[in-house]
Amino acid sequence: MMEVKRVTKSYGESIVVNNVSLPIEKGKLTACIGPNGAGKSTLLEMVSRLIPQDTGDIYIDGNEVKTWKRGDFAKRLSVLKQTNQMNVRLTVRELVSFGRFPYTKGRLNAHCHEMINESLEYLGLTALQERYIDTLSGGQLQRALIAMVLCQDTDYILLDEPLNNLDMSFGVQMMKTLRRLVDELGKTVITIVHDINFAASYADNIVAMKDGKLFASGTVDEMINKTVLDDLYDMDVKIIESNGTKYCLYYTTN
Amino acid sequence: MSLKLKTPLMRNSLMVILLVLFSLVSIFTGVQEVSFMNLFQLSEVQRLVLISTRIPRTISLILSGSTLAICGLLMQQLTQNKFVSPTTAGTMASARLGIVVSMIYFSQSSLAQKTGLAFAFSLTGTFIFILFIRTIKNKKAVMIPLVGLMFGNIINSLSSYLAIQFEVVQNTSSWLQGNFALISSSNYQLLFLSFPLFGVIYLLAHYFTVMGLGKDVSTELGIPYATLEIIGIALVALATSAIILTVGSIPFVGIVIPNLVSLKQGDHFGKILMPTAFFGALFLLFSDVLSRTLIYPYEIPISVIIGVIGSVLFLYLLLRGESK
Repeated sequence: MMEVKRVTKSYGESIVVNNVSLPIEKGKLTACIGPNGAGKSTLLEMVSRLIPQDTGDIYIDGNEVKTWKRGDFAKRLSVLKQTNQMNVRLTVRELVSFGRFPYTKGRLNAHCHEMINESLEYLGLTALQERYIDTLSGGQLQRALIAMVLCQDTDYILLDEPLNNLDMSFGVQMMKTLRRLVDELGKTVITIVHDINFAASYADNIVAMKDGKLFASGTVDEMINKTVLDDLYDMDVKIIESNGTKYCLYYTTN
Repeated sequence: MSLKLKTPLMRNSLMVILLVLFSLVSIFTGVQEVSFMNLFQLSEVQRLVLISTRIPRTISLILSGSTLAICGLLMQQLTQNKFVSPTTAGTMASARLGIVVSMIYFSQSSLAQKTGLAFAFSLTGTFIFILFIRTIKNKKAVMIPLVGLMFGNIINSLSSYLAIQFEVVQNTSSWLQGNFALISSSNYQLLFLSFPLFGVIYLLAHYFTVMGLGKDVSTELGIPYATLEIIGIALVALATSAIILTVGSIPFVGIVIPNLVSLKQGDHFGKILMPTAFFGALFLLFSDVLSRTLIYPYEIPISVIIGVIGSVLFLYLLLRGESK
């Protein structure tokens, strides 16, 4: 169970996240949307304890995030921030093996190797496992990082724009993978997405932020709605429906 | 599969054989004729030379070479920059300033006092540098070492000023140039500090490996990043101080060796720790033999030899980093 209660974060004068309370359903794929600078990444960093919140409480499985022991927290929640490239000469397998760190502090046992193999397999990286990550394409690197997070075997997985730098086909693959993590493995996935149509097509719930505040939240069906999106992005968004999924058209509006 | 098991083993045995071979060459090179062939029928003088200077010198070379290389590797891991090392982060310069200060304030300063102050200064200096590079927006790989070299030179000029002002120039100049010629069985024991330091680094290697991916990934995986950063820098500062006090400053080893090793074997800290230590030792043994034979029977200071070889390799690595 994850609860975010009246969380605030400010840097100097500017309030980046303002009194946000979030409903996060367990075992669902939640997409976090909103214009640039809405405070999405900051909120994600606070929930994953990378930065402390100024006020408010964040509970993971009943305990405030600050009261969790470092090692135990890393077994509950994993987070992946935006990454464009990594200039580190590690093999894919080595990178993925870091996911086991919270459990074995680097001394890999048989179970770890099993988990590593499974994670590689799950993201279709088995053939690439000995490649250095600085030679991978953006899509492959992104998959390798997801494999590391998967290997960490946490209930909660937080992702900051995993579709960044991916072309359409890799973007679809990535969202399908996230969907599988939720449907097949029962994970709770929260991901920041910029392409609203990916959120509309793959997420269960959508959380929208604007100007540091929670703007609206609800199921995909409730959220992909002209009134909500027009206000959220200050644009004229047209919504069409095809095969039961809603899509937003906004490319040619003023 | 059998091939895969064999390769690391063969690589390890090759490293050990090379190290033993170069150590022997190093021990039996010098003005006083001591030959491997009549090792068991040495004269009194020959035995004295062997035990009081040759063997201590070779041991110092191995210890300082491996320690410097590992210090460089560790700093690169902690800062996620391939060009940070004790030479390019102000660590060595700060340690030297510490020694100068200790000589000014304690006229008969003991080794413990010098070591203590050198350690305190190098720790502080390195931290200042690391805090400083965090604020640099232009994270181009080439910027960091240049800033570090400038920072080191500013501290060096401060040391020179103090040394001249308080008339300890002659004492301090011996710390400006690395030199193994003065090593004897009575003055190199401080280098044994490398053993416990190496032990700690080895034990924490798994942590340092992950820290190479940066603060966020490390924190996410449950690593107390700030604490381990301090521990790592303290280890580097202590090792650097010991080396400066015993043999003087030796440039470039901390950058060139780890970079060359990682070109071949990747950036997995735990996996390249041993090879880095080994090649660091080998590099110093080799340079020292050169320094003793090039103008035989005289000696060129080893820091000059290393300066020449090291700067060429350093430039190569810099240009390579630029073009990437």
